[in-house]
Amino acid sequence: MKTLKEAKPGETVVVARVNGKGALRRRIMDMGITKGTQLFIRKIAPLGDPVEINVRGYELSLRKMEAESIELV
Amino acid sequence: MTLKIALVGNPNCGKTTMFNDLTGSSQYVGNWPGVTVEKKEGKLKGHKNSLITDLPGIYSLSPYTLEEVVSRNYLLNDYPDAIINLIDGTNLERNLYLTTQIIELGIPVVLAINMMDVVKKNGDRINVQQLEKEFGCPVVQTSAVKGVGSKEAAYKAIELAEKGEALVPKPIFSKPIEDTLETISALIHEQVDPIRSRWYAIKYFERDEKVLAAHSLPDHVLKNAETTIREAEDRMEDDSESIITNERYEYIEQIVRHSVHRHEKKLTISDRIDRVVTNRFLSLPIFIAIIWFVYYVSVTTLGSIVTDWTNDTLFGTWVTEGATNLLNAIGTADWLNDLIVDGIISGVGTVLGFVPQMMILFFFLSILEDSGYMARVAFIMDRLFRRFGLSGKAFIPILISSGCGVPGIMATRTIENDHDRRMTIMLTTFIPCGAKMVIITMFVATFFHHSSWVAPTMYLLGIAMIAFSGIILKKTKMFAGEPAPFVMELPAYHLPSLKGVWIHVWERSKHFIVKAGTIIFIACGLIWFLSSFGWNLRMVEDVDHSILAGLGNTISWVFAPLGFGSWKGTVATISALVAKENAISSLAVLNGVADEENTRAVIAGIGSMFTSVSALSFMLFNLFNPPCFAAIGATSREMGGIKWTIFALGYQVLLGYSLGFVTYQLGSVLFLGQSFGFGAALALVIIVIAIYLLVRPAPAANKMILDRGQHAGA
Repeated sequence: MKTLKEAKPGETVVVARVNGKGALRRRIMDMGITKGTQLFIRKIAPLGDPVEINVRGYELSLRKMEAESIELV
Repeated sequence: MTLKIALVGNPNCGKTTMFNDLTGSSQYVGNWPGVTVEKKEGKLKGHKNSLITDLPGIYSLSPYTLEEVVSRNYLLNDYPDAIINLIDGTNLERNLYLTTQIIELGIPVVLAINMMDVVKKNGDRINVQQLEKEFGCPVVQTSAVKGVGSKEAAYKAIELAEKGEALVPKPIFSKPIEDTLETISALIHEQVDPIRSRWYAIKYFERDEKVLAAHSLPDHVLKNAETTIREAEDRMEDDSESIITNERYEYIEQIVRHSVHRHEKKLTISDRIDRVVTNRFLSLPIFIAIIWFVYYVSVTTLGSIVTDWTNDTLFGTWVTEGATNLLNAIGTADWLNDLIVDGIISGVGTVLGFVPQMMILFFFLSILEDSGYMARVAFIMDRLFRRFGLSGKAFIPILISSGCGVPGIMATRTIENDHDRRMTIMLTTFIPCGAKMVIITMFVATFFHHSSWVAPTMYLLGIAMIAFSGIILKKTKMFAGEPAPFVMELPAYHLPSLKGVWIHVWERSKHFIVKAGTIIFIACGLIWFLSSFGWNLRMVEDVDHSILAGLGNTISWVFAPLGFGSWKGTVATISALVAKENAISSLAVLNGVADEENTRAVIAGIGSMFTSVSALSFMLFNLFNPPCFAAIGATSREMGGIKWTIFALGYQVLLGYSLGFVTYQLGSVLFLGQSFGFGAALALVIIVIAIYLLVRPAPAANKMILDRGQHAGA
C-alpha cells in the first residue's frame, strides 16, 4: 500500500485511511485528513523532513514518520 | 449578574485581535493559575457586567493537547453564558469542524466569520443566511484587524446570553450513527446533564478517555454502550473516532458546497512569499540573515546606542545629578542621600537602562511571530532539532527566551508532547535573555574590551548547551522515547498590525519595568543597607566590615572553586536569582557607584574583583545556573509537578557549576600560568564524563520506556 511518505512534491493524492492510534492519529484526522480527502504535496523542508501539504485549502506540515501512517488510494 | 462570554476558535483566526478590540484598555493577562490555563479575561468596553474570556486556540475538542483540554474544561465546567465562535473565513472547512463540536455543548453560540476583508479581496462569497440555517445560530461577518463587526458579534452574544436559550444541535451524522447515538443517549441519560446528552453520547461513542474517567457509569451501562459501539463499528468497518471525524467533515463539505462561492484560485501573495522563504536552497540563508539582522539591530547598533544613552546620560547624569541637587536643597540626611543615589538610583537605573534595548528586540520578535514566519522557522529547523531530542517548535520558545525566559517558557505550550515540552522548558533559558545580556555587556566592557566575539559566543554557547543537554537527557530514563508528532499548520502570511505588535512588546517589557520598580528596587535598598551597616547597626567606612560581607563570607566557599569566592561575587550571584540583571546592579551598589561616569566606575569596580578567567567563570555560572525567580516560578507552573521542577533546577545548577569550574580551573592553568593541580585534574574528568554522556548509546532498557512514552503521549 502506498503511503503519503512515498508521494513526491507536486503530486495530488487521495487518502484511503489513517493508521496508528491515540493522539497522533486523532490529530491527523482533526486537521482534516480523513478518508477520501485530496492532498497536494507542496514541498519538502530544506533538510529533507518534514513535508508541507495542502489539505482542504490550507497548508499543513508533518514529518515523514507521520506521513507513513496515512495510506493512499 | 455578570455575563460570561467565551471566545473560541482555531489558532491564528484573529481571536486575540478581536479580544483586544472588544476589551480595549481594560484587558489584562490572567494571573497564570497553576498549570491550568493561559486564558485571558477582560470586561467588554462599555458593558461593565460582561466578561469576555479568550480561550487558547484549538482545532478540536478532543482530549489530547493541553490547550484542547483547557478550553474544553472551561466550556464544560464554567458554563459560560454564550460562546463567540470565531472562524477564519478564508479557511472555512477546517474552522467549521470545531464549530460542529461547539454547538453540541448546549450553550448559545454566535458564529463570527472573520477575515471577511481577505475573503472579499479573494473574490469569494459566503452565504450567511445559508450558514445560519444550517447551524441554527446567528452568523456575523467580521474583520477584527479593521475593527469591523466585533461589537456586533459581542452584542448578539449578550442578547443570546440574556435569553439563555441553549442551542439544540441538529443531527449531522448518517442514519445508522444517529441511531447508535440515540441508543447511547438513552443509556446514559440519568447520569449526564440533559442539555448535553448529545455531546456525551458522542463522547462515549468515541470512547473519550477524559469523559470516561470523569463519570463513573454502572458497569452494565458501560457494557451495553460498548456492545452498541462495536455493532456500529462493524457495520461501518471503521473505528468510532474515525467514523465521527469523517462524518463531521463530510457534513461540512456539503455545507461549504452550498454556501460558499469560491473565486478561481490564483497563486496568493502568501504562496509567493512562501515559495522564496521556504525554498530548498534559499530558506536557510534567509533564516540566518533575518536572525542576524534582528540581533545586529537590537543588540549591536540601535540597541547599544539607546542603552548607552539611558545608562550614561539619563540615569548616569541627569537623574543622579537631579536627585543629588534636589536632596541637597531639601537638606536630607547624608545616609538618605546615600541610599537614594548610591543604592536605588544606581541599581535600578543600571537595569532600566536595558529596557529600550529589550523593547527593540521584542518588537522584532513580535513581527516575526505575528507575520507567520515563526511557523516556517519550526518547519525549517525541525530536522535539526530532532537530533537534539527536541521538536522544531522548540525554536520559537528559545527565540522568545532571548528576550525574556518567562514568555519563552510560556510559549512551550504549543508543544503537544509532554517530554518535548518539559525538555524545552528546561533548556530554553540557556539562551541568554535580555537580563543576562546586561551581565554579558558589562563583563565584555570590563574584561574583553576589544573582542567583539565574546557576546555572540555566549549565544552560540547557549545553543551548544541546548544541543548537548538535549542529546544527553534524551538518553536518560526521564526523557527516553520517540519524538512527538509534528502536525502543524503553516498559517498564511499576513502583515502584522502595529497595534498587535505594540501590545506584545508592551506586555513583555512591562514585566521588566515592574520588576525594576519592585523587586530590584527592594533588593538594591536591602543590599545597600546590608553593605553600609555593620553588625552593630552603625554605618561602616569599609564595606568589608559590613553585615553583607559577613553573610557573603559564610557561603563564599561554595564559589571558591569557580574563582569568585569573594563575598562580593557571592552576593552578586545570590542576588542574581531574584533577577539576573541584579548581578550587575549589586556590583554597582557594592562598588559605591553613582557619579557622572557611571558605567566606567562599575567597570573599574568589577575589574578590581576578578581576573579575566574568573570573570568568564562568573559569567558562565550566572548564565547557565537556574534563571531568575520569575522564570523558576514559570518553570514550576509549566512543568506540572515538583519532581520535574527539582530535576530541571538540579540539572541547571549542575551544568552552570561544571561550566564555571572547568573554565576557571583549566583557564587558570592555560592562561594565568598556575600549576596543574587537583582542581584541573577534576575539570578534565568532568570533560571526559560529558563526552561519554554525549556519545554513549541509548540504554537498552529504554525500549520499554519508549512504549510507555507513546502511551503517555496518547
